Amino acid sequence: MALDTVAIAQSSPDNVQPFAELGLKADEYARIKEILGRRPTSSELAMYSVMWSEHCSYKSSKVHLKQFGEKAPKSDALLVGIGENAGVVDVGQGYAVTFKIESHNHPSFIEPYQGAATGIGGIVRDILTMGARPIAVMDPLRFGPADAPDTRRVLPGIVAGVGGYGNCLGLPNIGGEVVFDETYIGNPLVNALCVGVMKHSDIKLAKAAGAGNLVVLYGAKTGGDGIGGVSVLASETFGAGGSTKRPSVQVGDPFVEKVLIECSLEIFAEDLVIGIQDLGGAGLSCATSELASGGSGGMKVALDKVPLRDPSLSPEEILMSESQERMCAIVEPSKIARFLEICKKWDVTVTVIGEVTDGDRLEITWNGEVIVNVPPRTVAHEGPVYNRPLAQPAYINQVNSQKVNVPMPSGASEIKAAVLKLAGTPNLADKSWVTAQYDKYVQGNTIQAQPDDSGMVRLDEKTHLGVAISTDANANWSYLNPYQGAKLALAEAARNIATAGARPLAVTNCLNFGSPEDPGVMWQFAESVRGLADGCLEMGLPVTGGNVSFYNQTGAVAILPTPVIGVLGVIQDVRKRTPMSYKTSGLELFLLGETKEDLAGSEWAFLHGQRVGQSPDADLAREMRLIELLLEGNAFFNAAHDLSQGGLSAGLTEMVLRHNVGATISLSYPAVDLLSETPGRVIVVVEASKASQLQALATKYSIAISKLGTTGGDSLTINDVVISLDELRTVHTSTFPRLFG
Amino acid sequence: MAKIVVDVMLKPEILDPQGNAVASALPRLGFSFAKSVRQGKRFEIEVEGEPTAAQLAEVEKAAEVLLSNPVIENFVVRVEK
Amino acid sequence: MRVGVITFPGTLDDRDAARAVVAGGSEAVSLWHADADLKSVDAVILPGGFSYGDYLRCGAISRFAPVMSLVIEAAGKGMPVLGICNGFQVLCESHLLPGALTRNSDLHFLCRDQEIEIVNNTTPWTTSYKAEEKIVIPLKNGEGSFQCDDKTLAELEGEGRVIARYVGHNPNGSRNLIAGITNARGNVVGLMPHPEHAIDELTGPSAQGLGFFTSILNAMVK
Repeated sequence: MALDTVAIAQSSPDNVQPFAELGLKADEYARIKEILGRRPTSSELAMYSVMWSEHCSYKSSKVHLKQFGEKAPKSDALLVGIGENAGVVDVGQGYAVTFKIESHNHPSFIEPYQGAATGIGGIVRDILTMGARPIAVMDPLRFGPADAPDTRRVLPGIVAGVGGYGNCLGLPNIGGEVVFDETYIGNPLVNALCVGVMKHSDIKLAKAAGAGNLVVLYGAKTGGDGIGGVSVLASETFGAGGSTKRPSVQVGDPFVEKVLIECSLEIFAEDLVIGIQDLGGAGLSCATSELASGGSGGMKVALDKVPLRDPSLSPEEILMSESQERMCAIVEPSKIARFLEICKKWDVTVTVIGEVTDGDRLEITWNGEVIVNVPPRTVAHEGPVYNRPLAQPAYINQVNSQKVNVPMPSGASEIKAAVLKLAGTPNLADKSWVTAQYDKYVQGNTIQAQPDDSGMVRLDEKTHLGVAISTDANANWSYLNPYQGAKLALAEAARNIATAGARPLAVTNCLNFGSPEDPGVMWQFAESVRGLADGCLEMGLPVTGGNVSFYNQTGAVAILPTPVIGVLGVIQDVRKRTPMSYKTSGLELFLLGETKEDLAGSEWAFLHGQRVGQSPDADLAREMRLIELLLEGNAFFNAAHDLSQGGLSAGLTEMVLRHNVGATISLSYPAVDLLSETPGRVIVVVEASKASQLQALATKYSIAISKLGTTGGDSLTINDVVISLDELRTVHTSTFPRLFG
Repeated sequence: MAKIVVDVMLKPEILDPQGNAVASALPRLGFSFAKSVRQGKRFEIEVEGEPTAAQLAEVEKAAEVLLSNPVIENFVVRVEK
Repeated sequence: MRVGVITFPGTLDDRDAARAVVAGGSEAVSLWHADADLKSVDAVILPGGFSYGDYLRCGAISRFAPVMSLVIEAAGKGMPVLGICNGFQVLCESHLLPGALTRNSDLHFLCRDQEIEIVNNTTPWTTSYKAEEKIVIPLKNGEGSFQCDDKTLAELEGEGRVIARYVGHNPNGSRNLIAGITNARGNVVGLMPHPEHAIDELTGPSAQGLGFFTSILNAMVK
């Protein structure tokens, strides 16, 4: 095929171009012609098509996401907000922490191992590109029913991919989720979070400034990975017959990324870059247009200089390639020699491919001929903005007007059966089969990891400063009431941080939804964003960045709305953290927070096939008081454990099995007390001599408190129900090995 | 263009969990022909022109020292069209 | 007391090994794979990780690093060398230790708090432990199954060159539950689990791994 240059485009305005096959709508194509004053070259068409795709341009979500900025609470801790590769917060002592969560859902359905692996690789590069050393990862995962054949196809591959890539990078996996629901059967969710740390002065941004400065591509060579992956996969739903878009999946090499990390950190330490961007979705199209946009807009790139793994690639393919483990830096000419030296030390491929120019056009040549000449902002930031129609779906009134009608256990044997059923159900069962495939020790700073309520890492070995992170979602509540569901997930993640003694500081989010072309889904999205933005404002926690994944549906059936909220918090001394459970007998257990009959959206209701009723209402003022209580109580708490899915039953099960010390519990209304999932509740364990101190705190913060019982023994005893720890453990730990081998 | 191929297999007495996993998976997919399966590695080496005896001897040495671990693996070197 | 810690491309636990060396009372000296320079250290640690991405075989490429020729030479003269996890794999590929590490028998990467028994406390890396002392330290690898032929196994067992054994269920299919071995001279030790991640109860399952790093200090001081 002959090279399609700007000159040729100018002289052949009526050429028919395959804009629709590349995912562009007719009006978008027309707008491109308007911007350029001519038809685009095929390379320009490739760039616009991939950068204007839903995944890259956020065209359906932008109008809603701006609430995060409009409703942003004032926060002195925010150093870099939304809009950069990742948000950055000040955690004290001169440290800045950057964190973000992203999705890699569709690729993981197609090729589970590589989809998950490259999902980890991508989010890690986003953190690296801010100038930080990545220090931990987390993986909230969602699958179809645990016993479905396709779950057995995707789950092991995804877990192996998360572990295979993360372990090889030397990043401890400090937490995540594994949730099963039929809603995800054709659309598993693979969300990956990474956190990194640096000094304030190390923060890097994605801008190409200073005419004459060099554009440098380093890392892996470019091949045909993921060509069209972004626009083809993430912006369209799957046909119900299944598809084999195999060539579009990227293949990752974690060793190359590990070397890239070390090489980059040495480069950063010597202050050799002015701006930097990683190459993720949309590869070079994205990196060049974003870097140019971040500066004054002028950049010139010789695409033929890009080192190739596959010499048969055309310029369009090179621009769209999503080959992994590549970064693009802006380097002053006086510093390039040292830059190249460091790359050579680490054996990293590095090539100067262009320079920053005066002016405001991004110009790309191929063997001297101009094949791209565009205003970069129109590619990277001024993509289409849709105000998609939204309408409350019919199901909302239907389900909200129904009442949950589930059999409640009565009598000792039924209650025992219920506790055991919850202990062994896949959503609540022990997840060691998964988490044992993840290294949680590497870097030697992990204080908390699965199955604790939050992941916690030490930042400073001398001062013991640390950060804690939790990711949470409740798709059942979001389904019943998207506005409340988002607030509730935010509250839960913040509460998980506070139970360990860390103060919540900032928020990231991964919003997984169906098709934005469905007004009902769009309504769920809009309500979720509104709920999260309102919640963040009320709780004083800024959203620092995040990710939207649309089109998670097969045919006309969308997944449950699944906004995953990540909260990061700071703890001054990790040695003083409150552990999740206790190791000795004779201590007293208390329940903070009132228990109401909240079964709508609960695991118990789910096990009985019901997803109806009204979700609880988030009471963020009370949640915030509870957080203060937990932080103040950290000084004398022996243990604290948040209650969420599975309610008190799951919470007690997890606590007694953590260190193998039982408990004797008294409950007035055991069925409701055990199975309800009223939010804002925490089990706290204190020495008997500190009970009155705890009561005083509860009074001070106006939080309901009730005594549950005492620790000790080799069983979980609830009223007249006695469950030996051995039996409980067997049920709790045998589910995953039975299902997945 | 001919190439030199080195096939590397685990020694028969060494446990091969990957081969076993494949052998278990085959009947689940309806394939009943296998008594056992062992998994190995294949290296394809291109040289200029046709491989010479001297080159093959060198490949043998390279296979001994790098391509295989003689403690647990055997190898075979041959030329393939 | 200077203990070198080698970094290959892809090494992950070098900083953790260095931290443990310091906690044990020695000075940690960073050694780069491409430099044929041991910087006058008194002992060398090959830490864990995925050097060269485990390409070809774990440790197969690292063994040819310039620094390794010096390590092999020094080991031949009695310098204490400790290979942890990937380091153990490099030592086997270098033939400083017999046998080989292969894929975990259940094919999964496994990270667990593993109980092991120190069955040989006469090496410079294990003198801090009592004979048959049981400790819990992290095991985290995908290729930790120790394999060797019957003759080698008989030698190792007969000469008391198994230095540590897994307690309880065999986590990876290693012959005779072997978690660590030493060479005939007793100065080169390979260990699959990670003592450097058990030096502080704050960040590990115990502080029982510290003994490897205090042993070496005592061995040198003697």
